[in-house]
Amino acid sequence: MGATDIILLLDSSVRFAVPLMLAALAGLYSERSGIVDIGLEGKMLGGAFAAAATAAVTGSVWLGLAAAMGVSVVMSMIHALASINFRGNQIISGVALNFLAAGFTVFLGHAWFRRGGTTPNLRPDERFANIELPFAQEFGQVPIIGEIYEQLLSGHSIIVYFAFLMVPVTAFVLFRTRFGLRLRAVGENPKALDTAGISVAMLRYRALVVTGLLCGVAGAFLSTAQGANFSENMTSGRGFIALAALIFAKWRPWQAMWTCLLFGVLSASQIRLQGVEFPMIGEVPVQFIQALPYILTVVLLAGFIGRANPPKAIGQPYVKER
Amino acid sequence: MSARQPLPNWVTIVLMPVLNVLLAFVIGGLAVAIIGENPLDAMWALFYGAFGTGMGWGFTLHYATNFIFTGLAVAIAFKAGMFNIGGEGQAYVAGLGAIMVALWLDQTHWTLVLLGSTLAAMMMGSLWAIIPAWLQAKRGSHIVITTIMFNFIASAFMSYMLAQVITAPGANAETRTINEQGRLPLMSDWFDAFQYSPLNITFFFGIAALIFTYVLIWRTKLGYKIRTLGANKEAARYAGISAVSVIIIAMAISGALAGLMAVNEAVGVQKRLVVGYVHGFGFVGIAVAFMGRSHPVGIALAALLFGALYQGGQELAFELPAVPSDLVVVIQALVILFTGAMGDMFRPLLERIFARRVKPSPEAPTTADTEA
Repeated sequence: MGATDIILLLDSSVRFAVPLMLAALAGLYSERSGIVDIGLEGKMLGGAFAAAATAAVTGSVWLGLAAAMGVSVVMSMIHALASINFRGNQIISGVALNFLAAGFTVFLGHAWFRRGGTTPNLRPDERFANIELPFAQEFGQVPIIGEIYEQLLSGHSIIVYFAFLMVPVTAFVLFRTRFGLRLRAVGENPKALDTAGISVAMLRYRALVVTGLLCGVAGAFLSTAQGANFSENMTSGRGFIALAALIFAKWRPWQAMWTCLLFGVLSASQIRLQGVEFPMIGEVPVQFIQALPYILTVVLLAGFIGRANPPKAIGQPYVKER
Repeated sequence: MSARQPLPNWVTIVLMPVLNVLLAFVIGGLAVAIIGENPLDAMWALFYGAFGTGMGWGFTLHYATNFIFTGLAVAIAFKAGMFNIGGEGQAYVAGLGAIMVALWLDQTHWTLVLLGSTLAAMMMGSLWAIIPAWLQAKRGSHIVITTIMFNFIASAFMSYMLAQVITAPGANAETRTINEQGRLPLMSDWFDAFQYSPLNITFFFGIAALIFTYVLIWRTKLGYKIRTLGANKEAARYAGISAVSVIIIAMAISGALAGLMAVNEAVGVQKRLVVGYVHGFGFVGIAVAFMGRSHPVGIALAALLFGALYQGGQELAFELPAVPSDLVVVIQALVILFTGAMGDMFRPLLERIFARRVKPSPEAPTTADTEA
């Protein structure tokens, strides 16, 4: 495997990693505020359908993105209503939202487009185009550095750059702003915030709006940037891998990015590792590599490599004493 | 909480779930209206498909059997304070044990197949549940996340096994079919009413599992320990109950119950193991357990409702092709949402109504005000 192969592998890893990153960052806002979100998968799926359907009908990919974010935020607000106002079980609410998205997307897709649950194929101008960075062609002739620039850095859709931008932004918001401080505090000790006169419910609602927005972008990426239509269950577990990545990163933004990239490399190398004989081990089944992110997360959670301590107040509805 | 007028029992146990389910159907009906079809026609097709014929009943009860197993699995773990959302993976892996024993014994007699595959399914199911249980009890890793991860690990493991190891010659990712002698008897062999339906002898196992759970939880020492641990960890510790062993035993039983689904679905009906045979039934178990309030009677009723939804959805696809059968998934999601996560949605309203109607006490107006 030469340098060019490695660069191409990393390039496809980035494409695998981007929806994971967006969803993991989305989950970060929710979980840091003390609300478990196993509904990332559903919100992404709902967003992916909204983006593809809107782009197909209106011809505008930006309207598609807006629709994706809108649908995903609405779903996130249902989760907020259940978790904050009704003090319901957050895990059940997440399970329900995943089912809701799985059902509604296919139901509406069948009824509106009559193509067996998929949306019509989008024309190139109805999708997010890949952006050529300046001089990518010319610079690409230079070995290694030029190839990295042309293949790895250039030629991605705007959502990819947005996803990478959101990592420092999230880190800044979380650790350098008042909102971030309160967000972290409300996930650890909501009572302290309440005592300080800050509304726990309002803060959690705001966090869940951000979660919804980011999941929507992740969904739009799947159906209008990476793909060219929506198909049944197209997220295929990515929301859960993102959740695993978030836990693996111990609920921190930069670590979440690296974990998602690692999981991206695992996905991208699946095809290449098929049939490859490793010394001592022999052939590794593809399914093992598919399961690796989950296995790693279990091992981490069990404290065999480091410890993952979730925000203390996670999953518990806040009851204000009267 | 402030002083409240407690609602009568029948309101919280019967009326509230019924209202939640009705709301789910109303919104499902709206979805049908949105796509320009008649909601009442769709609901009638659902209902008639599930209960209109003997065959419909057979299918409904068959699906309900699956949901009884996965629902009880969630309920028993929940009684111990554990949230097992790994029923999906546990049932999947149990399928491996069940089908391998069934294929091994299928030249003998169906009683041996039933016995052998039941034991194997329960063993594999509980094995897949014991690992997360042990990790929770000993290492403190959150069981919800671990069981989610184990669902995915199970899915990868099973697709490897089905594609590479126990594949039937010439087939793609499925095992060979169980021989004629080894097949479980169908109810239609004994009762003509259930003709053409897959309802089989495992249905009685479902009934037995309901009774077993009731006795276990409310009539045995172990059940008492499970309930104590689930109600109050500290109290359990002071009472000398070992959290580690109770967690592991409760999860082992939970996994075994989820595993029984393999006997009904894979051995009993499909007669072979295919990729993804569990088909989300493990997740539906969560809804069934919550709707049934983790009580066997409630679970039986909830399982019947979801069984009817599944069967009705199949018929809906034939009766009204314009209404996609995924309507069922939507209604199911709404039922989970309303009964599981927003169960108390109607409580403030009902409290206001009953505070006025039942016994107008001096407290009543204030309770209404605090909740408004």
